Amino acid sequence: MSDSDLLLKVRDLQIEGRSDETWNPIINGASFDLKKGEVLGLIGESGAGKSTMGLAAMGFTRDGCRISAGTVEFDGVDLVNASAAVKRGLLGKRIAYVAQSAAASFNPAHRLIDQHSEAPTQHNVMSKAESEADGRELYEKLRLPNPDEIGFRYPHQVSGGQLQRAMTAMAMACRPDLIIFDEPTTALDVTTQIEVLASIREIVEEFDTAAIYITHDLAVVAQMADKIKVMLKGDEVEEADTRTMLSDPQEEYTKSLWAVRSFQRPQKPAVQTSATPIISVQNVTAAYGKIPVLHDVSFDMHEGRTVAVVGESGSGKSTVARCITGLLPPKSGHIEYNGEALPLDYRKRSKMQLRQTQMIYQMADTALNPRKTIGELIGRPVQFYMGLTGKAKRRRVDHLLEEIELEPDTYYSRLPSELSGGQKQRIGIARALAAEPKFIICDEVTSALDQLVAEGILRLLAKLQDELGLSYMFITHDLATVKSIADEVVVMKEGKVIEQGPKDEMFTPPHHAYTDLLLSSVPEMDPDWLTNLLNERGVDNIGDAAIGKM
Amino acid sequence: MASIFRIIAQRLALGVLTLLVVSIVIFTAVNMLPGDFAELILGQGATPEAVEAIRKDLGLNEPPIQRYLQWLAAALQGDLGNSFAQANFASFAGTDTGSGLESVATQIAPRFKNTVFLAGVTAMIAVPIAITLGILAALYRNSVFDRAANILTLSSISSPEFFMAYVLILFLAVLNPILPSLSNIYDGMDLSERFTKSLLPALTLTLVVTAHMMRMTRAAIINLLASPYIEMARLKGLSPMRVIVKHALPNALAPIINVIALNLAYLVTGVVVVEVVFVYPGIGQLFVDSVKIRDIPVVQACCLIFAAAYILLNLTADVLSIISNPRLRHPK
Repeated sequence: MSDSDLLLKVRDLQIEGRSDETWNPIINGASFDLKKGEVLGLIGESGAGKSTMGLAAMGFTRDGCRISAGTVEFDGVDLVNASAAVKRGLLGKRIAYVAQSAAASFNPAHRLIDQHSEAPTQHNVMSKAESEADGRELYEKLRLPNPDEIGFRYPHQVSGGQLQRAMTAMAMACRPDLIIFDEPTTALDVTTQIEVLASIREIVEEFDTAAIYITHDLAVVAQMADKIKVMLKGDEVEEADTRTMLSDPQEEYTKSLWAVRSFQRPQKPAVQTSATPIISVQNVTAAYGKIPVLHDVSFDMHEGRTVAVVGESGSGKSTVARCITGLLPPKSGHIEYNGEALPLDYRKRSKMQLRQTQMIYQMADTALNPRKTIGELIGRPVQFYMGLTGKAKRRRVDHLLEEIELEPDTYYSRLPSELSGGQKQRIGIARALAAEPKFIICDEVTSALDQLVAEGILRLLAKLQDELGLSYMFITHDLATVKSIADEVVVMKEGKVIEQGPKDEMFTPPHHAYTDLLLSSVPEMDPDWLTNLLNERGVDNIGDAAIGKM
Repeated sequence: MASIFRIIAQRLALGVLTLLVVSIVIFTAVNMLPGDFAELILGQGATPEAVEAIRKDLGLNEPPIQRYLQWLAAALQGDLGNSFAQANFASFAGTDTGSGLESVATQIAPRFKNTVFLAGVTAMIAVPIAITLGILAALYRNSVFDRAANILTLSSISSPEFFMAYVLILFLAVLNPILPSLSNIYDGMDLSERFTKSLLPALTLTLVVTAHMMRMTRAAIINLLASPYIEMARLKGLSPMRVIVKHALPNALAPIINVIALNLAYLVTGVVVVEVVFVYPGIGQLFVDSVKIRDIPVVQACCLIFAAAYILLNLTADVLSIISNPRLRHPK
């Protein structure tokens, strides 16, 4: 490697974060090089220090963090010791940043194009008029619909996928040498993710921009990066070029990451047609105020089985759950439990009826009262539904904690804030089990968790299903999760059921066109997957899909 | 936009209801005070006959509910009644000429104008200073400047108003005679003289209200500094000043506007002490005098004005907050 090609040199970088007046290490010494036009994939679970490292590559640390040792050299400039003014001269102009949530990272008070042209005008790269014209061209390159007009909108008037592309355009505004992409597609639906990935890859190639691509999704990084670096709790695990890393990982941790997707339950035999479904959703139509959300939705769920409800955000998945639990009484249609119609409003349901349907939520953080101990959180439904008190209640709570594989004596008196994300989700499961339900709705229960932790939750749910004969309605947008635990699949779009059937059938062609689009959009580990898919679909197709979303 | 007009209409209707409740509360409260106008105006020379005569003259011997309803009926027709103190007690003195009664409205109007003038001058000085200080304090947060600004504004808000007033008189009128220490403005005075005369009370009030607005500006801006779009602005290499003024301030407007409105309402309603120190003929002094002699029609009118000021200023603040939010200004 000739030195002139070298753009970014990071050596023994150590970063500390402050909590309770002491400095704790976040990154314990990381080194890497980045050549001009090269893309480095930075991968690891949450808490691995990926974002901190990405920002440090810009010479930036968040409040309460500091670079304690090591060097970051960008094109000969020492970013660790550079003055604030020198760094400001590089940021935005030669090094740009694309944040995880474009919706939160665009200033809500200004139009897109004004934010776009801010860096070029402030750094005296272009006049405002020039950079606005350039912005329009970039919008067109990134296949944003109505490129001439979209810049004049405010962030809230533009969809998430479009915002993410507008942010990539904004990062490109000064034609930087390096862009840091910090999980740019994590918050997006699979179908939108593809469009954004394709746009990013194309424009990075066209302008020969170097990039650091941060993500926790292995399949995504395989499409984007020339080389991959794996991080674990602030330590480097290994680094290699993409193909080698995928085919021949050296470290145990890397292998375990690669193996995540292997968990799969065998398909259960088909349900007898005569069997009474445990929950039957019949011709349900629902609306929030005057805005219709569900149109004539019907499907059945049987005892001891898992039905996955999949679809993009806004497809009405969670609304179905709200209808089943009675939180949102449907406008028409009805919900049957074991062949008996349930009152539509939860207030009119008996305690017995309420007990049978429990829910586990996506954000365990917000679903658990932070001021109650674990014992109180689980004990409450035990007392409310089962009428147990005193020692009997304690025995039941201990038993439930054992069921979710947490040691009762250790966890009984802890607060939720003392638990990890995966453990909190387990408490959510125990709380649902406390009512001894027949049927549990799992609303995106694994989507806020890292893959390894998520897999643990899925295994636990599968074990509980076998032991207790539970039925699950599994709401998710992650098709890998569907593959691993569903028995039946219901595909929803715009409040309608598009297709439903046993899992094996759903994952074998022929599919409904929309199911096909969903399935084929799930990134695969193959580094050529995106290229092949784009060729297959034809690039124009993706642009059309984007316009179709308008 | 249509929703804004609906909100305004709704709030105005509720405001009218609030005024009604305020008038009932005030009427009851004044009636519960010991003594009435007749006893207090006659003082030690009150003979039972004289008291009775005045009561009869002013209708004070009728039951309170009837008196309230009469007042209300007149008020609804726009007649706030006549001030007791301005009546010439014709029947008492036996020289009834049937004229010389001054209505509450004509009595309050010039006073109210003066109060609004003083509040306006104060706002023109205090609001820009408070917001600038707030922005600078946010920019140089936790620095010496930030602390100094905080200590100064906080100590000025914590000292009694009359104390701040006398300190200012000492320095600006006695030791360095730049400004007049008496603010006895009157009708027909030209604007610049009026302004000079009001300057000392306005400065005193500035010291009183700046701290609140400045600290809210600082807090509202700092509150936003952790948001992703501020981090984004910093990562674009923008100067710290630009990050705060261009990216944080527009999103921090709603709480700032609300605090400004509250302080303006305070300036209209609560500046009695400053008026007394500077002999400023504002509405506050009139109000206190009227309470002292139980001059109910004047008290009622003043309270309605105060309540209306709070209602209208808060409504304005809410409408401005809504307009400052681009989500509501530019719907999808």
